[in-house]
Amino acid sequence: MRLDKTEISLGLVALACVLFGFVSPGWLIFLLTIALAKALVVQGVVMQMRSGLVSFGQGLFYCIGGYTVGMGGQFFGIHDAIAALSLGMLVAIVVAMLLGLLLTRYREIFFAMLSLAFSMILFGILVKSQELGSTDGFNVHDWTLFGWAPEAGAGSQHTVFTITVVSGLIVAVLIHRYTKAGVGVICEAVRENEVRVEYLGLSPRWLLYGNYVAAAAVSALGGGLTALATGHVDPEMAYWTTSGEFVFIALLGGLGHVAAPFIAAIVFSFVRTYAIEFVPHTWQMILGFTLLAVIIFLPKGLWSLVSREKTGERA
Amino acid sequence: MTCILETRSLNKEFGAVIAAKDLNVQINKGEVVGVIGSNGAGKTTFINMVTGYLKPTRGEILFNGRSIMGHSPRAITRAGMARSFQVAQLFPEMTVLDNLIVALAAAESARPSFLSPLRSDARIARAEEILKEFGVENYRDSLVTAVPQGARKLVDIAMALIGNPQMLLLDEPTSGVSMDEKTDLMDTVMNAVRQHGVTVLFVEHDMDVVERYVSRVLAFYSGEIIADGGPAAVLADQQVRDLVTGHRPSTKQGNGVS
Repeated sequence: MRLDKTEISLGLVALACVLFGFVSPGWLIFLLTIALAKALVVQGVVMQMRSGLVSFGQGLFYCIGGYTVGMGGQFFGIHDAIAALSLGMLVAIVVAMLLGLLLTRYREIFFAMLSLAFSMILFGILVKSQELGSTDGFNVHDWTLFGWAPEAGAGSQHTVFTITVVSGLIVAVLIHRYTKAGVGVICEAVRENEVRVEYLGLSPRWLLYGNYVAAAAVSALGGGLTALATGHVDPEMAYWTTSGEFVFIALLGGLGHVAAPFIAAIVFSFVRTYAIEFVPHTWQMILGFTLLAVIIFLPKGLWSLVSREKTGERA
Repeated sequence: MTCILETRSLNKEFGAVIAAKDLNVQINKGEVVGVIGSNGAGKTTFINMVTGYLKPTRGEILFNGRSIMGHSPRAITRAGMARSFQVAQLFPEMTVLDNLIVALAAAESARPSFLSPLRSDARIARAEEILKEFGVENYRDSLVTAVPQGARKLVDIAMALIGNPQMLLLDEPTSGVSMDEKTDLMDTVMNAVRQHGVTVLFVEHDMDVVERYVSRVLAFYSGEIIADGGPAAVLADQQVRDLVTGHRPSTKQGNGVS
Protein backbone atom coordinates (compact mmCIF):
# COMPACT_ATOMS: atom_id res chain seq x y z
CA MET A 1 0.00 0.00 0.00
CA ARG A 2 1.61 3.28 -1.12
CA LEU A 3 0.98 6.25 1.12
CA ASP A 4 0.69 9.73 -0.32
CA LYS A 5 1.88 12.98 1.27
CA THR A 6 -1.34 13.59 3.17
CA GLU A 7 -1.40 10.07 4.56
CA ILE A 8 2.22 10.29 5.72
CA SER A 9 1.48 13.66 7.35
CA LEU A 10 -1.56 12.22 9.11
CA GLY A 11 0.57 9.32 10.34
CA LEU A 12 3.22 11.64 11.71
CA VAL A 13 0.66 13.83 13.45
CA ALA A 14 -0.96 10.73 14.97
CA LEU A 15 2.41 9.52 16.23
CA ALA A 16 3.11 12.95 17.72
CA CYS A 17 -0.31 12.88 19.43
CA VAL A 18 0.36 9.47 20.97
CA LEU A 19 3.76 10.63 22.25
CA PHE A 20 2.22 13.86 23.50
CA GLY A 21 -0.20 11.72 25.48
CA PHE A 22 2.65 10.44 27.64
CA VAL A 23 3.64 13.92 28.82
CA SER A 24 0.41 15.88 28.88
CA PRO A 25 -1.91 16.25 31.89
CA GLY A 26 -4.95 14.05 32.29
CA TRP A 27 -7.51 16.81 31.72
CA LEU A 28 -5.93 17.61 28.36
CA ILE A 29 -5.81 13.95 27.33
CA PHE A 30 -9.50 13.62 28.18
CA LEU A 31 -10.41 16.79 26.31
CA LEU A 32 -8.47 15.65 23.23
CA THR A 33 -9.98 12.16 23.37
CA ILE A 34 -13.51 13.53 23.38
CA ALA A 35 -12.64 16.07 20.68
CA LEU A 36 -11.13 13.41 18.40
CA ALA A 37 -14.02 11.02 19.02
CA LYS A 38 -16.48 13.76 18.11
CA ALA A 39 -14.36 14.57 15.08
CA LEU A 40 -15.10 11.06 13.81
CA VAL A 41 -18.82 11.77 14.04
CA VAL A 42 -18.20 15.05 12.23
CA GLN A 43 -16.37 13.10 9.51
CA GLY A 44 -19.70 11.34 8.92
CA VAL A 45 -21.48 14.71 8.69
CA VAL A 46 -18.84 16.02 6.28
CA MET A 47 -19.05 12.91 4.08
CA GLN A 48 -22.73 13.66 3.60
CA MET A 49 -22.18 17.40 3.15
CA ARG A 50 -19.82 16.60 0.28
CA SER A 51 -22.71 14.81 -1.41
CA GLY A 52 -25.02 17.78 -0.81
CA LEU A 53 -26.87 16.42 2.24
CA VAL A 54 -26.81 17.97 5.68
CA SER A 55 -27.60 15.56 8.49
CA PHE A 56 -29.09 17.15 11.56
CA GLY A 57 -29.43 13.71 13.08
CA GLN A 58 -25.93 12.27 13.14
CA GLY A 59 -26.36 12.00 16.91
CA LEU A 60 -28.42 8.90 16.09
CA PHE A 61 -25.32 6.94 15.09
CA TYR A 62 -23.18 8.59 17.76
CA CYS A 63 -25.69 7.34 20.30
CA ILE A 64 -25.97 3.89 18.71
CA GLY A 65 -22.19 3.51 18.85
CA GLY A 66 -22.08 4.64 22.48
CA TYR A 67 -25.03 2.58 23.69
CA THR A 68 -23.83 -0.55 21.88
CA VAL A 69 -20.47 -0.29 23.66
CA GLY A 70 -22.27 0.32 26.96
CA MET A 71 -24.87 -2.41 26.50
CA GLY A 72 -22.29 -4.85 25.16
CA GLY A 73 -20.35 -4.57 28.41
CA GLN A 74 -23.31 -4.38 30.78
CA PHE A 75 -25.64 -6.97 29.30
CA PHE A 76 -23.77 -9.19 26.85
CA GLY A 77 -20.35 -9.61 28.43
CA ILE A 78 -18.49 -7.93 25.59
CA HIS A 79 -15.67 -6.22 27.44
CA ASP A 80 -13.05 -6.04 24.74
CA ALA A 81 -12.88 -2.45 23.51
CA ILE A 82 -12.19 -3.33 19.86
CA ALA A 83 -14.98 -5.93 19.77
CA ALA A 84 -17.41 -3.47 21.38
CA LEU A 85 -16.46 -0.66 18.99
CA SER A 86 -16.78 -3.03 16.02
CA LEU A 87 -20.18 -4.17 17.23
CA GLY A 88 -21.26 -0.54 17.55
CA MET A 89 -20.27 0.11 13.96
CA LEU A 90 -22.03 -3.04 12.81
CA VAL A 91 -25.28 -2.07 14.55
CA ALA A 92 -25.03 1.42 13.04
CA ILE A 93 -24.49 -0.08 9.58
CA VAL A 94 -27.57 -2.28 9.92
CA VAL A 95 -29.71 0.65 11.15
CA ALA A 96 -28.34 2.93 8.41
CA MET A 97 -29.06 0.30 5.77
CA LEU A 98 -32.69 0.30 6.85
CA LEU A 99 -33.14 4.05 7.38
CA GLY A 100 -31.10 4.89 4.29
CA LEU A 101 -33.72 3.22 2.09
CA LEU A 102 -36.11 6.00 3.09
CA LEU A 103 -33.76 8.90 3.77
CA THR A 104 -31.88 8.78 0.47
CA ARG A 105 -35.14 9.48 -1.34
CA TYR A 106 -35.05 12.98 0.13
CA ARG A 107 -32.83 16.00 -0.36
CA GLU A 108 -32.07 19.32 1.25
CA ILE A 109 -34.24 20.35 4.23
CA PHE A 110 -36.37 17.19 3.97
CA PHE A 111 -33.32 14.98 4.45
CA ALA A 112 -32.06 17.18 7.27
CA MET A 113 -35.36 17.10 9.14
CA LEU A 114 -35.96 13.38 8.60
CA SER A 115 -32.50 12.54 9.89
CA LEU A 116 -33.24 14.70 12.92
CA ALA A 117 -36.58 12.97 13.39
CA PHE A 118 -35.00 9.51 13.60
CA SER A 119 -32.42 10.77 16.05
CA MET A 120 -35.15 12.22 18.26
CA ILE A 121 -37.14 8.98 18.04
CA LEU A 122 -34.15 7.14 19.49
CA PHE A 123 -33.83 9.84 22.17
CA GLY A 124 -37.49 9.35 23.07
CA ILE A 125 -37.13 5.57 23.25
CA LEU A 126 -34.06 5.80 25.48
CA VAL A 127 -35.68 8.34 27.81
CA LYS A 128 -38.60 5.95 28.28
CA SER A 129 -36.37 2.91 28.83
CA GLN A 130 -36.01 2.41 32.59
CA GLU A 131 -33.75 -0.62 31.99
CA LEU A 132 -31.27 1.66 30.23
CA GLY A 133 -31.33 4.29 32.94
CA SER A 134 -33.88 6.60 31.31
CA THR A 135 -32.57 10.19 31.20
CA ASP A 136 -29.59 9.32 33.43
CA GLY A 137 -28.24 6.65 31.12
CA PHE A 138 -25.85 4.10 32.62
CA ASN A 139 -22.17 3.49 33.20
CA VAL A 140 -19.97 1.59 30.81
CA HIS A 141 -18.47 -1.60 32.22
CA ASP A 142 -14.69 -1.75 32.71
CA TRP A 143 -13.19 -2.76 29.42
CA THR A 144 -10.14 -4.66 28.22
CA LEU A 145 -7.91 -4.55 25.18
CA PHE A 146 -7.13 -7.98 23.75
CA GLY A 147 -7.41 -9.44 27.25
CA TRP A 148 -5.32 -6.75 28.94
CA ALA A 149 -7.09 -4.57 31.45
CA PRO A 150 -5.65 -1.06 31.69
CA GLU A 151 -5.42 0.25 35.23
CA ALA A 152 -8.26 2.54 36.18
CA GLY A 153 -7.74 6.31 35.93
CA ALA A 154 -4.70 7.59 34.05
CA GLY A 155 -3.82 4.22 32.47
CA SER A 156 -7.29 3.73 31.09
CA GLN A 157 -7.46 7.33 29.94
CA HIS A 158 -4.18 7.08 28.09
CA THR A 159 -5.16 3.77 26.47
CA VAL A 160 -8.46 5.09 25.17
CA PHE A 161 -6.67 8.19 23.91
CA THR A 162 -4.26 5.98 21.97
CA ILE A 163 -7.12 3.87 20.59
CA THR A 164 -8.90 7.07 19.54
CA VAL A 165 -5.82 8.46 17.82
CA VAL A 166 -5.17 5.18 15.98
CA SER A 167 -8.86 4.87 15.02
CA GLY A 168 -8.82 8.49 13.86
CA LEU A 169 -5.74 7.81 11.75
CA ILE A 170 -7.24 4.72 10.11
CA VAL A 171 -10.54 6.50 9.42
CA ALA A 172 -8.76 9.61 8.13
CA VAL A 173 -6.65 7.58 5.68
CA LEU A 174 -9.70 5.64 4.49
CA ILE A 175 -11.78 8.82 4.07
CA HIS A 176 -8.90 10.54 2.31
CA ARG A 177 -8.83 7.66 -0.19
CA TYR A 178 -12.59 7.54 -0.36
CA THR A 179 -12.87 11.23 -1.30
CA LYS A 180 -10.50 10.65 -4.21
CA ALA A 181 -12.10 7.35 -5.24
CA GLY A 182 -15.00 6.69 -7.58
CA VAL A 183 -17.84 6.82 -5.06
CA GLY A 184 -16.37 9.80 -3.19
CA VAL A 185 -15.92 11.98 -6.27
CA ILE A 186 -19.20 10.91 -7.84
CA CYS A 187 -21.00 11.74 -4.58
CA GLU A 188 -19.67 15.27 -5.02
CA ALA A 189 -20.89 15.11 -8.61
CA VAL A 190 -24.34 14.20 -7.29
CA ARG A 191 -24.27 17.38 -5.19
CA GLU A 192 -23.37 19.42 -8.26
CA ASN A 193 -25.67 17.87 -10.83
CA GLU A 194 -27.80 14.87 -10.02
CA VAL A 195 -29.43 14.87 -13.45
CA ARG A 196 -26.11 14.46 -15.22
CA VAL A 197 -25.09 11.63 -12.90
CA GLU A 198 -28.34 9.84 -13.71
CA TYR A 199 -27.72 10.32 -17.44
CA LEU A 200 -24.24 8.86 -17.07
CA GLY A 201 -26.01 5.65 -16.14
CA LEU A 202 -25.43 5.85 -12.39
CA SER A 203 -27.93 5.87 -9.58
CA PRO A 204 -27.52 8.97 -7.39
CA ARG A 205 -29.75 7.40 -4.81
CA TRP A 206 -27.63 4.27 -4.35
CA LEU A 207 -24.46 6.35 -4.29
CA LEU A 208 -25.92 8.47 -1.51
CA TYR A 209 -27.10 5.30 0.21
CA GLY A 210 -23.59 3.84 0.27
CA ASN A 211 -22.25 7.15 1.49
CA TYR A 212 -24.91 7.37 4.22
CA VAL A 213 -24.11 3.87 5.51
CA ALA A 214 -20.36 4.52 5.50
CA ALA A 215 -20.91 7.83 7.34
CA ALA A 216 -23.04 6.03 9.94
CA ALA A 217 -20.28 3.50 10.65
CA VAL A 218 -17.69 6.25 11.13
CA SER A 219 -20.01 8.22 13.42
CA ALA A 220 -20.81 5.14 15.52
CA LEU A 221 -17.09 4.61 16.04
CA GLY A 222 -16.92 8.15 17.46
CA GLY A 223 -19.84 7.38 19.78
CA GLY A 224 -18.25 4.15 20.97
CA LEU A 225 -14.95 5.88 21.72
CA THR A 226 -16.77 8.61 23.65
CA ALA A 227 -18.48 5.93 25.73
CA LEU A 228 -15.14 4.28 26.50
CA ALA A 229 -13.56 7.62 27.39
CA THR A 230 -16.34 8.97 29.59
CA GLY A 231 -17.41 5.60 30.99
CA HIS A 232 -21.02 6.67 30.66
CA VAL A 233 -23.77 6.90 28.07
CA ASP A 234 -27.05 8.80 28.21
CA PRO A 235 -29.86 9.73 25.81
CA GLU A 236 -28.37 13.21 25.34
CA MET A 237 -26.09 11.60 22.74
CA ALA A 238 -29.10 11.40 20.40
CA TYR A 239 -30.56 14.80 21.32
CA TRP A 240 -30.85 17.43 18.63
CA THR A 241 -28.38 19.80 20.27
CA THR A 242 -25.70 17.10 20.06
CA SER A 243 -26.37 16.63 16.34
CA GLY A 244 -26.33 20.41 15.95
CA GLU A 245 -22.92 20.50 17.59
CA PHE A 246 -21.59 18.09 14.92
CA VAL A 247 -22.91 20.34 12.15
CA PHE A 248 -21.38 23.32 13.96
CA ILE A 249 -17.97 21.62 14.03
CA ALA A 250 -18.31 20.56 10.38
CA LEU A 251 -18.95 24.19 9.37
CA LEU A 252 -16.12 25.34 11.59
CA GLY A 253 -13.63 23.04 9.86
CA GLY A 254 -14.94 23.15 6.32
CA LEU A 255 -14.97 20.43 3.68
CA GLY A 256 -11.52 21.15 2.28
CA HIS A 257 -9.50 18.36 3.87
CA VAL A 258 -9.87 15.20 5.89
CA ALA A 259 -7.91 16.84 8.74
CA ALA A 260 -10.36 19.77 9.00
CA PRO A 261 -12.93 18.04 11.27
CA PHE A 262 -10.17 17.01 13.70
CA ILE A 263 -8.80 20.55 13.90
CA ALA A 264 -12.27 22.03 14.21
CA ALA A 265 -13.30 19.59 16.94
CA ILE A 266 -10.20 20.43 18.97
CA VAL A 267 -10.75 24.18 18.50
CA PHE A 268 -14.42 23.78 19.42
CA SER A 269 -13.58 21.82 22.56
CA PHE A 270 -11.05 24.41 23.72
CA VAL A 271 -13.34 27.35 22.98
CA ARG A 272 -16.20 25.69 24.83
CA THR A 273 -14.08 24.59 27.78
CA TYR A 274 -12.56 28.02 28.29
CA ALA A 275 -15.83 29.81 27.60
CA ILE A 276 -17.53 27.72 30.30
CA GLU A 277 -14.57 28.38 32.61
CA PHE A 278 -14.50 32.15 32.21
CA VAL A 279 -18.08 33.08 31.27
CA PRO A 280 -20.15 30.17 32.59
CA HIS A 281 -23.51 31.83 31.93
CA THR A 282 -22.84 33.02 28.42
CA TRP A 283 -20.61 30.34 26.92
CA GLN A 284 -23.23 29.56 24.24
CA MET A 285 -22.96 33.17 23.11
CA ILE A 286 -19.19 32.80 22.76
CA LEU A 287 -19.72 29.72 20.58
CA GLY A 288 -22.31 31.60 18.56
CA PHE A 289 -19.93 34.48 17.93
CA THR A 290 -17.19 32.03 17.01
CA LEU A 291 -19.39 30.38 14.38
CA LEU A 292 -20.55 33.78 13.15
CA ALA A 293 -16.96 34.93 12.74
CA VAL A 294 -16.02 31.76 10.88
CA ILE A 295 -19.00 32.03 8.51
CA ILE A 296 -18.27 35.70 7.77
CA PHE A 297 -14.47 35.63 7.58
CA LEU A 298 -13.75 32.01 6.70
CA PRO A 299 -16.80 30.76 4.80
CA LYS A 300 -14.92 27.62 3.78
CA GLY A 301 -13.98 26.90 7.38
CA LEU A 302 -10.78 26.90 9.37
CA TRP A 303 -9.09 24.72 6.77
CA SER A 304 -9.20 27.63 4.33
CA LEU A 305 -6.50 29.26 6.50
CA VAL A 306 -4.21 26.34 5.67
CA SER A 307 -5.22 26.12 2.01
CA ARG A 308 -4.74 29.92 1.63
CA GLU A 309 -1.27 29.52 3.10
CA LYS A 310 -0.51 26.75 0.62
CA THR A 311 -1.84 28.81 -2.30
CA GLY A 312 0.33 31.69 -1.12
CA GLU A 313 3.37 29.43 -1.07
CA ARG A 314 2.71 28.27 -4.62
CA ALA A 315 2.24 31.85 -5.81
CA MET B 1 -32.89 -0.77 -42.41
CA THR B 2 -33.15 -1.78 -38.75
CA CYS B 3 -35.33 0.28 -36.50
CA ILE B 4 -33.54 1.39 -33.34
CA LEU B 5 -36.21 3.60 -31.77
CA GLU B 6 -39.94 3.35 -32.19
CA THR B 7 -42.74 5.17 -30.45
CA ARG B 8 -46.34 4.03 -30.75
CA SER B 9 -49.21 6.39 -30.03
CA LEU B 10 -47.11 8.31 -27.54
CA ASN B 11 -49.07 10.90 -25.59
CA LYS B 12 -48.21 13.39 -22.90
CA GLU B 13 -50.70 15.59 -21.16
CA PHE B 14 -49.95 18.23 -18.53
CA GLY B 15 -53.45 18.76 -17.16
CA ALA B 16 -55.42 20.25 -20.02
CA VAL B 17 -52.33 20.88 -22.14
CA ILE B 18 -51.51 18.20 -24.67
CA ALA B 19 -47.74 18.28 -25.16
CA ALA B 20 -47.55 15.14 -27.30
CA LYS B 21 -50.37 13.61 -29.29
CA ASP B 22 -50.21 10.15 -30.84
CA LEU B 23 -46.57 10.30 -31.79
CA ASN B 24 -45.67 7.37 -34.05
CA VAL B 25 -42.02 7.56 -34.94
CA GLN B 26 -39.53 5.05 -36.28
CA ILE B 27 -35.84 5.92 -36.28
CA ASN B 28 -33.53 3.60 -38.17
CA LYS B 29 -29.96 2.77 -37.24
CA GLY B 30 -27.46 5.19 -38.71
CA GLU B 31 -29.93 7.97 -39.41
CA VAL B 32 -29.31 11.58 -38.49
CA VAL B 33 -32.74 12.99 -37.71
CA GLY B 34 -33.52 16.63 -37.12
CA VAL B 35 -36.52 17.63 -35.03
CA ILE B 36 -37.92 21.06 -35.77
CA GLY B 37 -40.84 23.02 -34.43
CA SER B 38 -41.67 26.28 -32.77
CA ASN B 39 -41.44 26.75 -29.02
CA GLY B 40 -43.97 24.57 -27.22
CA ALA B 41 -44.37 22.23 -30.19
CA GLY B 42 -43.40 19.19 -28.08
CA LYS B 43 -39.82 18.55 -29.27
CA THR B 44 -38.15 18.53 -25.87
CA THR B 45 -41.12 16.71 -24.36
CA PHE B 46 -40.56 13.99 -26.97
CA ILE B 47 -36.86 13.68 -26.05
CA ASN B 48 -37.66 13.78 -22.34
CA MET B 49 -40.17 10.96 -22.70
CA VAL B 50 -37.87 8.80 -24.79
CA THR B 51 -34.99 9.21 -22.34
CA GLY B 52 -37.05 8.51 -19.24
CA TYR B 53 -37.09 12.06 -17.87
CA LEU B 54 -40.86 12.35 -18.32
CA LYS B 55 -43.37 9.55 -18.03
CA PRO B 56 -45.72 9.42 -21.02
CA THR B 57 -49.43 9.52 -20.32
CA ARG B 58 -50.06 6.76 -22.86
CA GLY B 59 -48.24 4.89 -25.58
CA GLU B 60 -45.23 2.69 -26.07
CA ILE B 61 -41.53 3.30 -26.56
CA LEU B 62 -39.33 0.57 -28.01
CA PHE B 63 -35.56 0.74 -28.11
CA ASN B 64 -33.93 -2.00 -30.18
CA GLY B 65 -37.32 -3.73 -30.20
CA ARG B 66 -37.65 -3.76 -26.40
CA SER B 67 -40.03 -1.64 -24.38
CA ILE B 68 -38.33 1.00 -22.27
CA MET B 69 -41.56 2.41 -20.90
CA GLY B 70 -41.20 3.26 -17.22
CA HIS B 71 -37.45 2.70 -17.27
CA SER B 72 -35.27 5.14 -15.34
CA PRO B 73 -32.95 7.51 -17.20
CA ARG B 74 -29.94 5.53 -16.00
CA ALA B 75 -31.42 2.24 -17.22
CA ILE B 76 -32.11 3.81 -20.61
CA THR B 77 -28.58 5.23 -20.68
CA ARG B 78 -27.15 1.81 -19.81
CA ALA B 79 -29.29 0.31 -22.59
CA GLY B 80 -27.43 2.51 -25.07
CA MET B 81 -29.36 5.74 -25.45
CA ALA B 82 -27.53 8.88 -24.35
CA ARG B 83 -28.55 12.50 -24.44
CA SER B 84 -27.29 16.02 -24.09
CA PHE B 85 -29.26 18.98 -22.83
CA GLN B 86 -30.38 22.38 -24.03
CA VAL B 87 -28.43 23.84 -21.10
CA ALA B 88 -25.23 21.82 -20.79
CA GLN B 89 -25.49 19.56 -17.74
CA LEU B 90 -22.02 19.46 -16.25
CA PHE B 91 -20.40 19.45 -12.81
CA PRO B 92 -19.74 23.16 -12.33
CA GLU B 93 -17.22 22.94 -9.51
CA MET B 94 -15.06 20.46 -11.39
CA THR B 95 -12.59 21.03 -14.18
CA VAL B 96 -13.38 20.01 -17.74
CA LEU B 97 -10.93 17.11 -17.37
CA ASP B 98 -12.58 15.89 -14.17
CA ASN B 99 -16.02 16.07 -15.78
CA LEU B 100 -14.80 13.68 -18.45
CA ILE B 101 -13.06 11.44 -15.91
CA VAL B 102 -16.31 11.08 -13.96
CA ALA B 103 -18.08 10.16 -17.20
CA LEU B 104 -15.35 7.62 -18.03
CA ALA B 105 -15.63 6.01 -14.58
CA ALA B 106 -19.40 5.86 -14.94
CA ALA B 107 -19.07 4.24 -18.35
CA GLU B 108 -16.72 1.58 -16.98
CA SER B 109 -18.97 0.43 -14.17
CA ALA B 110 -22.33 1.17 -12.61
CA ARG B 111 -20.66 0.51 -9.23
CA PRO B 112 -17.77 2.91 -8.77
CA SER B 113 -14.95 1.90 -6.46
CA PHE B 114 -14.90 2.96 -2.80
CA LEU B 115 -11.12 3.22 -2.53
CA SER B 116 -9.40 3.14 -5.97
CA PRO B 117 -8.51 6.67 -7.15
CA LEU B 118 -10.85 8.05 -9.77
CA ARG B 119 -8.04 10.00 -11.42
CA SER B 120 -6.07 7.04 -12.74
CA ASP B 121 -3.37 7.55 -15.38
CA ALA B 122 -5.40 5.54 -17.90
CA ARG B 123 -8.50 7.69 -17.41
CA ILE B 124 -6.53 10.92 -17.57
CA ALA B 125 -4.91 9.80 -20.85
CA ARG B 126 -8.29 8.79 -22.33
CA ALA B 127 -9.90 12.05 -21.17
CA GLU B 128 -7.10 14.02 -22.83
CA GLU B 129 -7.73 12.15 -26.09
CA ILE B 130 -11.41 13.08 -25.88
CA LEU B 131 -10.53 16.72 -25.18
CA LYS B 132 -8.50 16.76 -28.39
CA GLU B 133 -11.18 14.94 -30.37
CA PHE B 134 -13.66 17.64 -29.38
CA GLY B 135 -11.18 20.49 -29.73
CA VAL B 136 -11.48 21.66 -26.14
CA GLU B 137 -8.01 20.68 -24.91
CA ASN B 138 -7.26 24.33 -24.07
CA TYR B 139 -9.86 24.17 -21.31
CA ARG B 140 -8.45 20.99 -19.73
CA ASP B 141 -7.95 22.45 -16.26
CA SER B 142 -10.61 25.17 -16.36
CA LEU B 143 -13.72 24.97 -14.25
CA VAL B 144 -16.61 24.35 -16.61
CA THR B 145 -18.25 27.56 -15.46
CA ALA B 146 -15.26 29.45 -16.87
CA VAL B 147 -15.39 28.06 -20.42
CA PRO B 148 -17.41 29.45 -23.32
CA GLN B 149 -20.91 28.15 -24.04
CA GLY B 150 -19.81 26.32 -27.19
CA ALA B 151 -17.06 24.44 -25.37
CA ARG B 152 -19.48 23.60 -22.58
CA LYS B 153 -21.90 22.14 -25.12
CA LEU B 154 -19.10 20.07 -26.60
CA VAL B 155 -18.09 18.73 -23.18
CA ASP B 156 -21.73 17.87 -22.49
CA ILE B 157 -21.97 15.94 -25.77
CA ALA B 158 -18.56 14.32 -25.23
CA MET B 159 -19.74 13.06 -21.83
CA ALA B 160 -22.85 11.60 -23.44
CA LEU B 161 -20.74 9.81 -26.07
CA ILE B 162 -18.21 8.37 -23.60
CA GLY B 163 -20.49 5.46 -22.74
CA ASN B 164 -20.46 4.35 -26.43
CA PRO B 165 -24.21 4.72 -26.92
CA GLN B 166 -26.02 3.35 -29.95
CA MET B 167 -28.21 6.43 -30.12
CA LEU B 168 -27.62 10.02 -29.15
CA LEU B 169 -30.32 12.61 -28.60
CA LEU B 170 -29.22 16.23 -28.63
CA ASP B 171 -31.52 18.94 -27.37
CA GLU B 172 -30.68 22.11 -29.27
CA PRO B 173 -26.92 21.52 -29.48
CA THR B 174 -26.29 24.95 -30.98
CA SER B 175 -28.55 27.05 -28.76
CA GLY B 176 -26.69 29.88 -27.07
CA VAL B 177 -23.75 29.40 -29.43
CA SER B 178 -22.64 32.23 -31.70
CA MET B 179 -23.38 31.98 -35.44
CA ASP B 180 -19.66 31.62 -36.17
CA GLU B 181 -19.21 28.73 -33.74
CA LYS B 182 -22.29 26.76 -34.81
CA THR B 183 -20.77 25.12 -37.85
CA ASP B 184 -17.52 24.27 -36.09
CA LEU B 185 -19.46 22.80 -33.18
CA MET B 186 -21.71 20.71 -35.40
CA ASP B 187 -18.79 19.55 -37.59
CA THR B 188 -16.96 18.40 -34.47
CA VAL B 189 -20.02 16.63 -33.11
CA MET B 190 -20.93 14.97 -36.41
CA ASN B 191 -17.34 13.76 -36.92
CA ALA B 192 -17.37 12.19 -33.47
CA VAL B 193 -20.79 10.69 -34.08
CA ARG B 194 -19.66 9.15 -37.39
CA GLN B 195 -16.58 7.67 -35.74
CA HIS B 196 -18.71 6.09 -33.04
CA GLY B 197 -21.36 4.91 -35.57
CA VAL B 198 -24.14 6.46 -33.53
CA THR B 199 -27.70 7.13 -34.62
CA VAL B 200 -28.53 10.76 -33.91
CA LEU B 201 -31.71 12.69 -33.28
CA PHE B 202 -31.38 16.35 -32.53
CA VAL B 203 -33.70 19.23 -31.87
CA GLU B 204 -32.71 22.37 -33.74
CA HIS B 205 -34.12 25.80 -34.45
CA ASP B 206 -31.53 26.83 -37.01
CA MET B 207 -32.75 25.59 -40.38
CA ASP B 208 -29.32 26.04 -41.96
CA VAL B 209 -27.93 23.56 -39.45
CA VAL B 210 -30.82 21.20 -40.14
CA GLU B 211 -30.36 21.35 -43.90
CA ARG B 212 -26.64 20.85 -43.62
CA TYR B 213 -26.47 17.84 -41.28
CA VAL B 214 -29.62 15.73 -41.26
CA SER B 215 -30.85 12.94 -43.46
CA ARG B 216 -34.42 13.21 -42.24
CA VAL B 217 -36.59 15.83 -40.57
CA LEU B 218 -39.50 15.48 -38.16
CA ALA B 219 -41.56 18.67 -37.97
CA PHE B 220 -43.56 19.13 -34.76
CA TYR B 221 -46.49 21.43 -34.29
CA SER B 222 -48.70 21.58 -31.21
CA GLY B 223 -47.61 18.15 -29.97
CA GLU B 224 -48.07 16.43 -33.32
CA ILE B 225 -45.78 15.46 -36.16
CA ILE B 226 -46.98 17.33 -39.21
CA ALA B 227 -44.20 16.28 -41.60
CA ASP B 228 -41.63 13.50 -41.78
CA GLY B 229 -39.14 13.06 -44.60
CA GLY B 230 -35.97 14.30 -46.27
CA PRO B 231 -34.91 17.83 -45.38
CA ALA B 232 -35.61 19.21 -48.84
CA ALA B 233 -39.14 17.91 -48.93
CA VAL B 234 -40.05 18.79 -45.35
CA LEU B 235 -38.60 22.29 -45.41
CA ALA B 236 -40.36 22.99 -48.71
CA ASP B 237 -43.67 21.73 -47.37
CA GLN B 238 -46.17 24.58 -47.30
CA GLN B 239 -47.67 23.57 -43.96
CA VAL B 240 -44.22 23.37 -42.37
CA ARG B 241 -43.31 26.76 -43.78
CA ASP B 242 -46.52 28.27 -42.52
CA LEU B 243 -46.54 26.71 -39.06
CA VAL B 244 -42.92 26.01 -38.21
CA THR B 245 -40.17 27.71 -40.12
CA GLY B 246 -41.40 30.50 -42.28
CA HIS B 247 -38.22 29.54 -44.02
CA ARG B 248 -37.36 29.35 -47.72
CA PRO B 249 -34.98 26.43 -48.35
CA SER B 250 -31.64 27.31 -49.89
CA THR B 251 -30.59 25.99 -53.28
CA LYS B 252 -27.78 23.85 -51.82
CA GLN B 253 -30.12 21.36 -50.11
CA GLY B 254 -28.60 18.00 -49.24
CA ASN B 255 -25.04 19.27 -48.99
CA GLY B 256 -23.14 17.83 -46.09
CA VAL B 257 -25.77 15.22 -45.29
CA SER B 258 -23.99 12.33 -43.64
